[in-house]
Amino acid sequence: MIRINCPYCGERDHSEFSYGGDATINYPSLDASEKEWTEAIFFRKNIKGFQFETWHHSNGCRMWLVVERSTVTHEIKSVKPCNPNLQKVVENNK
Amino acid sequence: MKTRRLDNYGKINRDKILSFRWDKKNYKGFEGDTLASALLANNIGIVGRSFKYHRPRGIFSSGVEESGALVTIGSKDRRDPNVRATTQELYNGLEASGQNAFPNVNFDLAGINNYLGRFFAAGFYYKTFMGIPPFEWGRGTAIWMFFEKFIRKAAGMGSASELPDPDSYEHAHDFCDLIVVGSGPAGVAAAIEAVEKKLDVILVEQDSLVGGDQLAENNFDNSQIKNQLENLGIKIMTRTTAFGLYDNCVVGLLERVTDHISAPNVNIPRQRFWTIRAKHIIVGAGAIERHIAFNNNDIPGVMTVNASKHYLNRYGVLTGKRIAIATNNDSVYETAQQLSEAGANVTVLDSRTNFEIETNKSFEIRKGYVPYNINGSKKIHSLDISKSEDMNKFETLNCDQVLLSGGWSPAVHLLSHRGVKPKWDYNNACFLPTDTKENITMVGSSRGLWNKNDCIASGIAGTTDALNRLGISKTNYFFPKPGGWKNPIQPLYEVKYKKSRPKSFVDYQHDVTTDDVRLAHREGFISVEHLKRYTTLGMANDQGKMGNIIGLSLMAELLNKEIPEVGTTVFRPPYTPVSIGALSGRNVGKHFRPLRVTPMHQWNIGHGAKMIEVGLYQRPWYYPKENETLSESYIREASTVRKTVGICDVTSLGKISIQGPDSTEFLNRIYSNGFSKLQVGKARYGIMLRDDGIVMDDGTSWRLAENEYFMTTSTGEAAKVMSWLEELLQTRWTDLNVNVTSVSEQWAGVSVAGPKSREVLNNCLDDSLVITNNNLPFMGVTSTFLKGNIPCRIARISFSGELAFEVYVKSDFANTMMDLLWENAKKYDGCLYGLEALGALRVEKGHVTAAELDGRVTIDDAGLSKMASTKKSYIGSAMRKRGVLKNNDREILVGFFPTNLKETFNAGTIVCEKNNIKGQGIGRITSVTYSPELGHWIGLGFVKGGLDKWKDTNLVGADPVRNKQMNLKVVSPHMIDPKGERMYA
Repeated sequence: MIRINCPYCGERDHSEFSYGGDATINYPSLDASEKEWTEAIFFRKNIKGFQFETWHHSNGCRMWLVVERSTVTHEIKSVKPCNPNLQKVVENNK
Repeated sequence: MKTRRLDNYGKINRDKILSFRWDKKNYKGFEGDTLASALLANNIGIVGRSFKYHRPRGIFSSGVEESGALVTIGSKDRRDPNVRATTQELYNGLEASGQNAFPNVNFDLAGINNYLGRFFAAGFYYKTFMGIPPFEWGRGTAIWMFFEKFIRKAAGMGSASELPDPDSYEHAHDFCDLIVVGSGPAGVAAAIEAVEKKLDVILVEQDSLVGGDQLAENNFDNSQIKNQLENLGIKIMTRTTAFGLYDNCVVGLLERVTDHISAPNVNIPRQRFWTIRAKHIIVGAGAIERHIAFNNNDIPGVMTVNASKHYLNRYGVLTGKRIAIATNNDSVYETAQQLSEAGANVTVLDSRTNFEIETNKSFEIRKGYVPYNINGSKKIHSLDISKSEDMNKFETLNCDQVLLSGGWSPAVHLLSHRGVKPKWDYNNACFLPTDTKENITMVGSSRGLWNKNDCIASGIAGTTDALNRLGISKTNYFFPKPGGWKNPIQPLYEVKYKKSRPKSFVDYQHDVTTDDVRLAHREGFISVEHLKRYTTLGMANDQGKMGNIIGLSLMAELLNKEIPEVGTTVFRPPYTPVSIGALSGRNVGKHFRPLRVTPMHQWNIGHGAKMIEVGLYQRPWYYPKENETLSESYIREASTVRKTVGICDVTSLGKISIQGPDSTEFLNRIYSNGFSKLQVGKARYGIMLRDDGIVMDDGTSWRLAENEYFMTTSTGEAAKVMSWLEELLQTRWTDLNVNVTSVSEQWAGVSVAGPKSREVLNNCLDDSLVITNNNLPFMGVTSTFLKGNIPCRIARISFSGELAFEVYVKSDFANTMMDLLWENAKKYDGCLYGLEALGALRVEKGHVTAAELDGRVTIDDAGLSKMASTKKSYIGSAMRKRGVLKNNDREILVGFFPTNLKETFNAGTIVCEKNNIKGQGIGRITSVTYSPELGHWIGLGFVKGGLDKWKDTNLVGADPVRNKQMNLKVVSPHMIDPKGERMYA
């Protein structure tokens, strides 16, 4: 029963969102090697505690978000747009 | 038989007489009765038969912990099995019956199981029917499979109705500052304190009345408390159970709205499933009295002590005349006194020898005595008792009722839902709740407080705790110490029976005896979680509310450990059963999931379409003429398309508008084939891969302008592709100036296919020159007008392999477009065709859909290697030939013909080599159809090594599920017009 504070829409129930995945991956360039892509796609940490993950506000503003959530308690520390350009807009409007 | 109702006792409304039926006989009760109290008042002792041994069972309690009086309420489509008679309120016309008995609970033929006890010990079924040594090797499962259906029939209690549920249910949500679970003294004190501190409070009570255990007090006035709470502005929810606690202070509640009403208003839901989000939760859920294990401790007439007090003071029913009370604690003496004042002859057996208690001496107290054995089968004749210190001396006590109190277990269930482990308290012989960082506070006897003043103090302290945690106040507070009896409790869980095979029940509802627990231990089940599963202790729908602690104590004794070392099992939601109807709420029937229809849905139905679900969409399946069957219809439709022309609704395809200066670069990255040279006015078929190199989806993209594309996706993957494009643009490629918008709902689309399609479309257009072969070559795109000045987009795209056009108009014009096209198609003997014919046409052409692109298939597997560009990098290009994806024996797309062309086959058939028909074979058939063009059945599918390896070999199609087998040959997937001459015409 998580609630996510969408920077555009406000605090909403998790049922409005879809889970993405690990938000800390730096995807390699498209012409990078199979090895680099394998590393990016298949290897994940299994974090106990706070982790950064992506969520899509699929039944809302359709923004992709970086959510800092505890895997133990579901506590959410921060929510930001994935897109750094949108992050700046949100910061400026605060 | 004489009624047991007393004149001057109880809070029932004697002015309102209710009649009800029990096991096909008529009885009477009063407003305010539960079914259990009415049955007791009518002197009905046996209300059910036990789970395994079919022993007669009576009413053990007066609440949710009931493990004996499980009955079936109602009949036909309203038959509700396993209802606790102790919580079912009586209403006029209520119909109830006993369970697990034939012909009835008083005379049950399966009662013979009682004498076959040795065969029904823990693990009996597993051991016996899994095979008996030395014959078990390799045969065990078969034996089990044979016996399973008989065992399943014999097991279980009441049976549910198989008819559709006529009642409605609903989901509701609410919010508050503080939710208080339980309206006993602690809960009420907490709620009042909170509302006085300006909190918004909801008070939840599973009973029909507020008051909790006070309802068992003779002079308690519940309406006064209710009025006080309501005047203070507290929202009271009665007949509502908090069945579970969830993350972030969310409480799940079940409100029984009409279960107590004889003819409820049909516009009111039967039950409401509430999700309430609070800032803080206070749980004052009370405590549950335990029984004691000794021989025949389940004979009808056995009850908890507190239950008899409820029946006396709330319902005016004296449950026995000569009552023996067996206890190890102080809590029974008030009840003993009241029972004796009400006219019963009471004897208290207290296992303790050294204690002082004040009574009015109206009943006898036998210090140092324990119950040993009950004599009787359908009712109690007498009780054998023994000195707790000298188990060789027995006396027999004449009695008709035995009341038990083996101590109290605080209801820590809700806290346990949050993963908080309770801690064993030696002084009070019970598990007590521990603290949590979450905003949950336990109050009252659910934190081990046994007297009212302590409970009230704890309620106030609980609210102060809540206020502090919410940052509203900073006040010191303390909770009273657990306990509250004058004399300490003496642990007493079992009185051992000296003869063999005692029927000393630990778990009444699942017929688990002390012997079963010992047997499980002997067989090595020493973890409490294993014990529970092997014996099924605490796994019935009462979840072991009364008996779990006894099981733990036996296990501790066997392991030579203390109870806390043995541990406790974790309680999980729900606290009491929640009906499936309440869980589903209004999401039933047509509302089970959203329904999507195309803008020409009604038009399609009006023209005879039978519909089929594709994802959430309703799509035309086939358009039968007169009495045509599905196959007759789709074969005619597909032939007509190949011969003249057909019209098919393709609106359900996903449609995405892609705009911006970097649109071409974007498409070039997401599609495996090149898009950089696509001219304005042309469309291209494209394949998208996932990051890991597997095919995600296919579709077309039309270049409408320099910086604008119109993309179509498959019906099933539309939402996923849209999210994927947004993810890429918002997370990875934020430098690209591209905007994507879903326009699936905005456009209605049809495919006009067949050799006459150009002529039909010509007649529908303002300017027919637009679609000549020169002006609109294969894969050409144009924006023009249908007659009547209707703007449209046309692309010359073919899924059927014929000359074909996809025409899109704004959704509002869908019906006009259909009328126009159909009017003209009829002139050429054309048809409307549905998904089944579309499937036949595409299988003939070897075009893949979701049946083939199932998330395991690479672009090479699908025979589309040419669609993988070597001149650029794109999503999935680095990974599409990794590891196993580059093996030579990958399954490759092929076509299949039956060797004997008269034979048929089904999708799902496993393709095998001759003489090696087993396992997963060498391939599989994914799609099949009758081909009107070829005159026999054909299939698409995959085979290891592909066409080159198998084209001249006879293979076998194995279909074990349908018990079919046929010879197959492998052919090219392009079964008709492989060069595509018709499309380019």
